[in-house]
Amino acid sequence: MNEVADLMVVLMAMTNLILLGTARLTLGVRLVGAQGALAGAYMFAANAEHPTVHVLALSALIIVAKGLVFPKVLLRTLEKAEARHEMEPYVPYSASILLGMVMLASSVWVSSRLPIAGLTIPPSAVPISIWTMFTGLFLVVARRAALTQVFGYLVLENGIYVFGAAIAGEMPFLVEMGALLDVFVAVFVMGVAVFHISREFEHMDTDRLSVLRD
Amino acid sequence: MTMYEYSCLPVVFGLTLAPFFLGIINRTKAKVAGRQGQPLLQAYFDLWKLLHKGAVYSRTTTGIFILGPVVGLAAIVAVLGLTPFAGCPPLFSFIGDLILFAGLLGVMRFATMIAALDTGSSFEGMGASREAWFSSLAEPVLWLSFAVLARLTGQFSLGAIQSEIGSALWAASAPELALTALSLFAVFLAENARIPVDDPNTHLELTMIHEVMVLDHSGPDFAFIQYAAALKHWVLASLLAGVIAPVHTGHAWIDITAALLTMAGIAVATGLVESVMARLRLTRVPQLLVGAGALGVMAFIVDIMR
Amino acid sequence: MTLLVAALLCLIGGGILSLHPRLGARVAVPGCVIAAVLGVIPATQVLSGGGVLSLRAEWAVPGGSFYLHCDALSAFFLIPILVVSALGALYGAEYMRHSVNRAHWFFYSLLVAGMAGVVLAWNAIFFLVAWETMALASFFLVVTDDDQAPVREAGWVYLVATHFGTACLMILFALAGGGSGPLDFDPMIATGAGASTWTLGLVFLLAVVGFGTKAGIVPFHVWLPEAHPAAPSHVSAVMSGVMIKTGIYGIVRVLTSCGVPPLWWGWVLIGLGLLSGVGGVLFALAQQDLKRMLAYSSVENIGIILLGLGLGAVGWTFGEDRVCFLGFAGALFHILNHALFKSLLFLGAGAIAHATGTRNMDAFGGLFKRMRHTGGTFLAGSMAIAGLPPFNGFIGEFLLFLGGLIAVMSAQPALCGAGASVIAGLALISGLAVAGFTRAFGSAFLGEPRSECVEHAHDPGWRMLLPMWILVYFCLLIGTSVGPLAAYNSPAWSAAWPGKTPEIAFAVASCLSCVSLWAGAFVVLCLLLAGFRLLLLRGRSVRQAVTWDCGYAAPAARMQYTASSFAQPLTDMFRTVLHTKVSGGAIADVFPGLSQSSSVTADAVRAGFYQPLFSGVLRGVIAVRRLQHGNLHLYVLYIALTLLFLLFMELG
Repeated sequence: MNEVADLMVVLMAMTNLILLGTARLTLGVRLVGAQGALAGAYMFAANAEHPTVHVLALSALIIVAKGLVFPKVLLRTLEKAEARHEMEPYVPYSASILLGMVMLASSVWVSSRLPIAGLTIPPSAVPISIWTMFTGLFLVVARRAALTQVFGYLVLENGIYVFGAAIAGEMPFLVEMGALLDVFVAVFVMGVAVFHISREFEHMDTDRLSVLRD
Repeated sequence: MTMYEYSCLPVVFGLTLAPFFLGIINRTKAKVAGRQGQPLLQAYFDLWKLLHKGAVYSRTTTGIFILGPVVGLAAIVAVLGLTPFAGCPPLFSFIGDLILFAGLLGVMRFATMIAALDTGSSFEGMGASREAWFSSLAEPVLWLSFAVLARLTGQFSLGAIQSEIGSALWAASAPELALTALSLFAVFLAENARIPVDDPNTHLELTMIHEVMVLDHSGPDFAFIQYAAALKHWVLASLLAGVIAPVHTGHAWIDITAALLTMAGIAVATGLVESVMARLRLTRVPQLLVGAGALGVMAFIVDIMR
Repeated sequence: MTLLVAALLCLIGGGILSLHPRLGARVAVPGCVIAAVLGVIPATQVLSGGGVLSLRAEWAVPGGSFYLHCDALSAFFLIPILVVSALGALYGAEYMRHSVNRAHWFFYSLLVAGMAGVVLAWNAIFFLVAWETMALASFFLVVTDDDQAPVREAGWVYLVATHFGTACLMILFALAGGGSGPLDFDPMIATGAGASTWTLGLVFLLAVVGFGTKAGIVPFHVWLPEAHPAAPSHVSAVMSGVMIKTGIYGIVRVLTSCGVPPLWWGWVLIGLGLLSGVGGVLFALAQQDLKRMLAYSSVENIGIILLGLGLGAVGWTFGEDRVCFLGFAGALFHILNHALFKSLLFLGAGAIAHATGTRNMDAFGGLFKRMRHTGGTFLAGSMAIAGLPPFNGFIGEFLLFLGGLIAVMSAQPALCGAGASVIAGLALISGLAVAGFTRAFGSAFLGEPRSECVEHAHDPGWRMLLPMWILVYFCLLIGTSVGPLAAYNSPAWSAAWPGKTPEIAFAVASCLSCVSLWAGAFVVLCLLLAGFRLLLLRGRSVRQAVTWDCGYAAPAARMQYTASSFAQPLTDMFRTVLHTKVSGGAIADVFPGLSQSSSVTADAVRAGFYQPLFSGVLRGVIAVRRLQHGNLHLYVLYIALTLLFLLFMELG
C-alpha cells in the first residue's frame, strides 16, 4: 500500500499548491476539507498492512471530522457572511506560489537533515508534511481574510498530523483526540467569530480589526 | 518488429491529421453548447479556400510581414520532424533534439510576433506584446517538464524518452508523470492560445492574443498561419499523448490506433475545458503558468526524495 | 610568439603614430587590422594544435617580468578580442570621421593592446599594468563626448567601479603570490592547489568581486548601463563585446587554477548567474534608450555565462565529467557568440543613432524601409542574441541545456538541483530575451515612423556596413556549421577543459552536427515554402491597402504600440524588482485634453544600495573636512598636538 500512501501525500501537496494560488474562499474550504480527508486516508494507507481497530477508528474519525464536518461549518459561515473572494492579500498569488516552491525546497532540505531519513513510509511524507506546516503558517501570515487564517490553522494541523503519523506510525490515541478536539473547538469558535465580525463590520478582514484596540 | 522503418509516420500523420484535431475540438464545443457544429473537416476547407485566394498587403508592411508565415510554418514542420508519435521514432533524432524542439518553437513565435509588429497596427502590437509576455513564462514550464521526463527516463532525445515511458515507468513513478502531464497540458493550452489563456473565438476583441496578431494576413499567407497553428496543436498534443497513454504493445498498428485515440481524447478534453471555463483575466494568466511551473518543480522534488 | 609580439607592437605603434594630427585613423585602423591578422594566426595554431607559446623577459619592477603566455584559454579569448576590435576600428574610421578628438585612436589602440595583454600576461604585475591600461584607455574613450554632463557622470561611475575591481585584484595577487620573487603565475598555480581552504575561498571571492566588476555581474554592474551608452558605438561594441569578457577570463583562470572547487563555489556562480541573467534582462526590457538596453542585455548574457561556469564547477566537484565539460564549453561558446552578436547590435545601434540623432526607442519606427542593411543585420543579431536557431546564440544555449539535463539525471541532489536551476533559469532568461529583442527590433524597424527624426534616415556608407555584415556572417557560420568544425578541430575543446580532451567532445560535436543539419533543413524548408507561396500568388490579385485597424477610419502612427507599451505587461508584473516610475498619463475629465506620460526605470542596485552608501560616506567625509580649514595656525596646532601625543605615549 506504499503507493497509495505516496499518492495521498502527493495529493496533499497539490492541495497546498492550489491553496497558495487561489482567491476563492469556497474552493479553499473544499480544499482544506479534502486535505484533511487525505490526511486521514494517509493514516489508513500507511498502516494498511497491519490494520488495527485503533487506526481504523482514528482514520474514519479524521475523515469525517476534517473532511465533512469542518467544511460544512465553514461553508455555512461563508454563506451567511456572503463573502466569496479574498481581497488583496499581503503577498500576491504568483509570488505566493513561488515562495511555496522555496518553502518546498527548504522542507526537503530540512527533512534530509532530520535523523529519521529512511525510516518513514513513504519517504515523501516527511518533507511534504513539513511543507504543509510551512504553507499553513504562510497562509496565516500572508492573507487578510479571517477565514483564510482559519484555513491556515487547519492546514498547519494537517501537516503536524501527517508528520506525526509518518514518524511514529500511530500516535497515542489520547494525544490525537485532544488535538482533534482543540481544532474542533477552534473551528467552531472561529466560524462563529468570523460570522459576527462580518455582520458587525460588513467585512471580514483581520487587518482592520486593529482599530478595535483602543 | 522494429518500428524504425516507420520513422516517417509521425510526420505523415501530423501533416495530414492536424487540421482534423481542430475539427474535433470545435465539434466538442458545439455538442456541449447544444449546437450542430461545423463539419469536422472545416479546417481543411478553410485551408483549401485560402490557398486559392489572392492577397492584400498593408502599405506599411515590409518583407518581414511576408516572411513571417513562411518561417513560422517551416519552423513548425521542422519541429514536427523531431516529434515522435505512437512509439514510432521521429524522422530525425539525436541527443539533445528536445533543445532544438524548443528553439524552433521560439523561432516560430518570433516570426509571428515581428510579422505582427510590421503592420504598425496597435491591435497587433498588443497581441505581440501579450504573446511575448506569456510565452516567456511558458518557456520555463516546458523546460521543467522536459527536465523531469529526462530524469525519469534517463534519455536525452524525444524519441527515446517517449519509448522509455511505459506501464513500468507509470507503476514506478506515477505522481511525477501525472504532475508533468498536467504542466504539459497547461503549456499546450497556453502555447496554442486556447482558453483559459486566450479565446480562439473572439475575433475582434481586445482580450485576444494569437488571433489579433494575424489580423492583417490574407490568402495563402493566412493559410500558412492556420496550418502552422494546427500543426502546433498536433505537436504539443503528441508530446502529451506520449506521456499519458504510452501504449507499446510491439504491434505497430495497435500502438498507432491507441495514440490516435489519445489524441482525439486530448482534443475532446480541450473542447471540454473551453466549454466549461471562461478565459482568465489577463493578469491571472501568469499565475496559471507559475502554478504549472510549480507542478514541474514538485514532480522534481518528489522524484529526488525517492 | 613572434607574431603575437608583432601584433602587440603593431597596436601600440599604430596608437602612438595616430597622435600625429595628419595621420589619425589612417594609421590606427590599419594597425588594428594588421594586428588582428598577425595575432589570429598563432592563436588558431595554439587552439588547433594544442601546445603553449611563451616568452619571458626580466623587468626591473619588483616582482614583475614581461611574461607572455598563450595557452588554449588565452588563445580562445584573444581571437574575438582582436577580430572584434579590428572590425570596430573599420566601422569607427567612418563613424568618427568628423570628430575633432585627436587622442581617440591612441586610446582605442591602447585599449586593444591592453585587452590582448590581459589575456596573455603571465605575471601579476604585468597583468595589473595591462588591466589598468585597458581600464584607463576605455575610460578616456567613454568620455569622448565630454561636453555633455551625463557622459562625464558615466565616466566617473566607470572610473570608480573599475578601480574598486582593481583594488580587489591587488589583494588577490598579494594573497596568491605569498612569498618573494617575481609574481609569475606558474608558482602561484603550483602552490594554489595546496593552499588552505580558507585562502582559496578568499581568493575565489576576491576574483568574483574584482573580475566581476569588470564583467558586469549584478550587483557590481552599475557602471555598465552608464558607460556603454555614453561611449561612441564602436567603442561600446568593443567594451560590451569583448572588454567585459576579460573579467570572465579572470574568473575562469582562477577557477581552473585552484584544483577541484568546493560545492559552494559552483552555487555562488549559479546564484550570481541567475541574479545577473534575470535582473539584466528585466532591466533591459524596461529601458527606452536603445544602447542602455543593449548594455543591460550584456549583464544578462554575463549571467548566462556564469550559469555555465557554475554548472561546470558543480559538475567538477562531483566528478561528473560530462556536466563539467558541457558547462564550461557552453560558457566559453557563449562568450565567443556574445562577442559577435553584441558588437553587431551595438554597431547597428550606432548606425541608427547616427541616422536619427536619438537613441530613444519610442521615437523610432519604420526604419526597415529606410535602412535595409542595418535592419537586416540588426534582425540577425536579435535572433542570435535571443538564442534562436540557425544563429550562433542557440549553440551556446544548446550546450548549457544539455549539461543541465545530464546534471538533472544525477543521483546527487545538489547536482540535480544545480541542473534544474540552470535549466529553469536559462529558459526564463531566454524567453524574456526573445521578448526584449522582439521589442527592440520591432519598435525600431517595423511599423510607421513615430517621430519626424526617422523621416530622413538612411543606411550608413559601406565602410560601416561591411563590419556589420562580416559579423552576421560569423554568427551564421557558427550557428550552422559549428558541429563539423568542432569535430575536425577537437583540440580546441581543451580550452574548455585544460589538460583533457575527453571523448565527450566528439559526442558533443556530433550532436552539434545534427543541430547544424536540421537547422540547414529548416532554412531549406523556408526557401521551399517561400517559393511555393510565390507560385500560388502568380497571376492572382495582390493588392496594397492600409493596415486593417478593425474598422477605425483614421489610424495614426502615434497610435502604434511603442517599445514601452510592448514591455508594459512584463515590467508591470515585475514591478517589485524594477520600481518603474510613471508620471502623468492619468485621465481626469470626461473630455481629456492634451496630456503626456513618461516612465523611467532607474537601476535598482544603484538607487537602492550605492547611492545611499556613497551619500553616507560623503556625509562622513564632510564632517572630517571641518578639520581642514586652510588656516596655517591650526595645522601647526595639529602637528604640535600629534607630537605631544607621541611624546606622552612614549613616556607613559
